Amino acid sequence: MKSHGGWIIAASFLAALLLELIPLPEWARFVRPQWSVLVLIYWSIAAPQRVGVGYAWLLGIIQDVLTGTLLGQHALGMIFVAFIANRLHKRIRVFPLWQQSMLVLLMLLLDQLLQFWTLGVIGQSPKGLNYWVPAFVGMLLWPWMFIVLRDIRRRFHVQ
Amino acid sequence: MTVDHRFDQFAKVRTFLANIAAPVHYLAALPVEIFSQLSGSLQSADDLQQRNADLRRKNLLLSARLQKTAALEAENLRLRDLLGSSGKLHDQILIAELIAIDLDPFKHQAVINKGSGDGVYKGQAVLDANAVMGQVIQVSPISATVLMITDASHALPVQVNRSGLRGIASGTGQLDQLQLHNLPLNSDIEVGDLLVTSGLGGRFPAGYPVGQVSRIEKPAGAPFLSVYARPSAHLERARELLLVIPRDNQSITAASLTQADNDAADNDMSPL
Repeated sequence: MKSHGGWIIAASFLAALLLELIPLPEWARFVRPQWSVLVLIYWSIAAPQRVGVGYAWLLGIIQDVLTGTLLGQHALGMIFVAFIANRLHKRIRVFPLWQQSMLVLLMLLLDQLLQFWTLGVIGQSPKGLNYWVPAFVGMLLWPWMFIVLRDIRRRFHVQ
Repeated sequence: MTVDHRFDQFAKVRTFLANIAAPVHYLAALPVEIFSQLSGSLQSADDLQQRNADLRRKNLLLSARLQKTAALEAENLRLRDLLGSSGKLHDQILIAELIAIDLDPFKHQAVINKGSGDGVYKGQAVLDANAVMGQVIQVSPISATVLMITDASHALPVQVNRSGLRGIASGTGQLDQLQLHNLPLNSDIEVGDLLVTSGLGGRFPAGYPVGQVSRIEKPAGAPFLSVYARPSAHLERARELLLVIPRDNQSITAASLTQADNDAADNDMSPL
């Protein structure tokens, strides 16, 4: 099977990273969903033979550089998320959307938990429950993300 | 991750990566930039006139105050000459603007639109119109990352303006709070005291305001006071900020500081 449309995947990752950086009003800063993780989950499910742990690591490192966090903080979480999504992609694909959302919530929380640990180890653990909000916002966004990215994938025949 | 956290060898890699990150930062700020340009060109003439008048008035006030400052500065220099310590007024200043992007919400960092190409260097002190904001921690040719004084990993040496008491103000991770550590219970410090940079440590030039003491607690049985301060800089609102260029980069080395301290000890006066 010839693979094409690699630039679409790259472009969606870039768009996700830009969304991570775009300024939000002060009250909305803690609501920002983990865009890059959501896109990563989608591609790990839709094109598991192409997007996997390696991509996840690269994406995570890029995000660390862009957001000025410890190198590897985002990468660690994304590696695990991509691994799980890759392993379960056949099952997740046939789930109804709400059930997918639940699983996505778990993966997003796992990503946040790993980052939380990293931050704790270097003594900068975030205070308050605000920290966990993005995963739930991500869960609510997932059906919409899934449909948009699926349409894009079909339109450009990415496999 | 450990290597990045603990050792400095990674600094080069980070600097290299920062060069790649800079264009993406500019790209991410583009929508906001365009929007503000648009809204700028759509502002009504009335608004602009109003603002113009306001600014004129403010300018007049400030220049009046500046005249006084010039005289005071001269006097200060003369007195310092008498004391035998070297005065360091008149630092040069470079104006930079924030790039409109959000970084990690739990780290207090910002990206500015001046980089090593404009003479920005790592460790440079950053001010806003009111007070010290932070320091440059990473430089690329066209941008630089600033760590705010309220970041949980930041600390800076300060001095109480009233009594000359020295201390370390460290960030708490909250935008409106700094904490002063290890001040003995009998320290001469009160709520409302102005904290200024002491210049010790050589990172921040001496004499710039940092914040005001907002709360002092005496925990029962503890050997030290818990002192909290509110930063005077508008950390969450400032858009233009000032980068301090010490008159010559050597002027605030440890050597000159110990010299000043010795002189002060000789004269039984504390340096300001």
